[in-house]
Amino acid sequence: MSTTTVAPPSAGIPPRWADPAAAVAATRPRVSVFETAGQTLVMAWRALKKMRRNPEQFFDVTIQPLLFTAMFAYIFGGAISGNVRGYLPLMIPGIVAQTVLTTCMSTGVQLREDMEKGVFDRFKSLPMARIAPLAGPMVADLVRYLIAAGLTFATGAAIGYRPGGGAFGVLGAMVLSVFTGWALAWIFTWFGTIASNARMVQGLSMMILFPLTFLSNAFVPVSTLPGWLQAFVRVNPVSHLVSATRDLANHAVISSEVGWTVLACLAVIAIFAPLSVWGYKRQL
Amino acid sequence: MTQIAAIEAAGLVKAFGRLRAVDGIDLRVRQGEIFGVLGPNGAGKTTMLRMLATLLPVDAGQARVLGVDVAREPHRVRQLLGITGQYASVDEDLTATENLWMFGRLQGLRSRDARASAKRLLEQFGLADAGGKRLKEFSGGMRRRLDLAVSLITRPPLIFLDEPTTGLDPRTRGQMWDTIRGLAADGCTILLTTQYLDEADQLAGRIAVIDHGRKVAEGTPDELKASVGNSTLQLRLAPGADAELAREIVRRAAGAEPVLSPERGGLNVPLQDAGRAADVLIGFREAGVPIASVSVDRPTLDEVFLALTGHGTGSETEDAELEVAAG
Repeated sequence: MSTTTVAPPSAGIPPRWADPAAAVAATRPRVSVFETAGQTLVMAWRALKKMRRNPEQFFDVTIQPLLFTAMFAYIFGGAISGNVRGYLPLMIPGIVAQTVLTTCMSTGVQLREDMEKGVFDRFKSLPMARIAPLAGPMVADLVRYLIAAGLTFATGAAIGYRPGGGAFGVLGAMVLSVFTGWALAWIFTWFGTIASNARMVQGLSMMILFPLTFLSNAFVPVSTLPGWLQAFVRVNPVSHLVSATRDLANHAVISSEVGWTVLACLAVIAIFAPLSVWGYKRQL
Repeated sequence: MTQIAAIEAAGLVKAFGRLRAVDGIDLRVRQGEIFGVLGPNGAGKTTMLRMLATLLPVDAGQARVLGVDVAREPHRVRQLLGITGQYASVDEDLTATENLWMFGRLQGLRSRDARASAKRLLEQFGLADAGGKRLKEFSGGMRRRLDLAVSLITRPPLIFLDEPTTGLDPRTRGQMWDTIRGLAADGCTILLTTQYLDEADQLAGRIAVIDHGRKVAEGTPDELKASVGNSTLQLRLAPGADAELAREIVRRAAGAEPVLSPERGGLNVPLQDAGRAADVLIGFREAGVPIASVSVDRPTLDEVFLALTGHGTGSETEDAELEVAAG
């Protein structure tokens, strides 16, 4: 054995470049798609860690499904469908859509709060994909949508909802609403990157969410509405989501409503994902 | 053979509205040196650093890091430098180990390698016992060390340190200085901003003095200090003493213009030779000007500033606001 004082082989530690010119030569001009995906997953890991350590973040996805489902069922059930049980097939998919939408609103608010912290300075200074800090938390939020949708169906079942679509129908409805939530979250993420503070994101999001969820077919049959409102309700994307969710959960049918919803979601992603990255870059 | 400069900037400008936070700065930092940027709050130090680190767009002028253009190829530049800011930019909700692992992964290390590098850095920075602790339980000094450790994960050839010891107690400050010297000995090029003359003096081979977004001087610490004298005589006149007479005596005995210090009756006198202090004091006694206290100290940043710019480090509040705007 020699007793030289050479440093031990560095396990997985990048070498200190003896010549900075070599370090320059080793730089890559841009982030690859593969790297982007990896970085997004690391950012999702970070978001999940934070969720586990701040359980109050789960309040909206647990309290709201439990409370709203029961509340709406007993308040509106008799008036709209004659009894609570008859109202449930109409209402539960509506509540699922509403809950998922409110959940994706908090994505934007939380991103804004997060971006004000010093650690975002570090993310910006690293050679990483600009979309990763935005997309990562959204991947982690899939967990929240799943909890929201799952709990709503469970509460519904507890008060007497028996979905005609069976397990697969309900599963399909959940997948669709989770995907919609994820897609629409890009809108709120964009708000998060352009608004000056979290409260502004919250206000802006509420202003959009309330009309969208209530001026839809989520809680009442469209035929009971005045004509001019019917026109709006029919084009409201939330109505399509609610109809699609009903078709899936109650009849296990993949209707054209499902197609329209997915199409609308893709359009939202195509528009708002680039806008969000632009907004984030602009903050540098 | 001429090496490419670690940093080369020409006519760098950053404006926030009407305020030109950085107003045409030229800078050349050689490979392997510790270069200090000295200036008061709001002088534009941080703004300049953030432009060089691609965190702020450059409004005019150009900058290259190891020959790579900051505006044109920011992604390349980001791979060449690590930056540690005034405010620790690490994740508060994660533990120290998790922070190091995450930033290692984000920069392309495999999970196992990221874990190994986290362990090594925690040991190197004396944080081995605190690896599992969340940052909420960390002291300011520990946070700062972790922040620096994060900047070193990929062992970049260039390190930017933005006021690395502001707000640290003297002991932690000394440790930080040792760490910085160690990095330089390792071959790192270091660009350091500071408000403290002694810090620049202790660490930097060359210093640029920045004021109101402009470079007002550049040189070795010795060259800069020579311009303000080697020491400062700090006098405090007793209540009722004739201030005008006192100034006249100083001018005659020390051949220098006294500077009024903020406290009542305070006078600071820059001296090329500390021995001249005696002449000033004798002059006071002969003229019968009473003195409350006397001390001889090394020049402060204030005096360097006064000598270089003709004004002091300026009103704190206004400059602090500018720093926020530059944030």
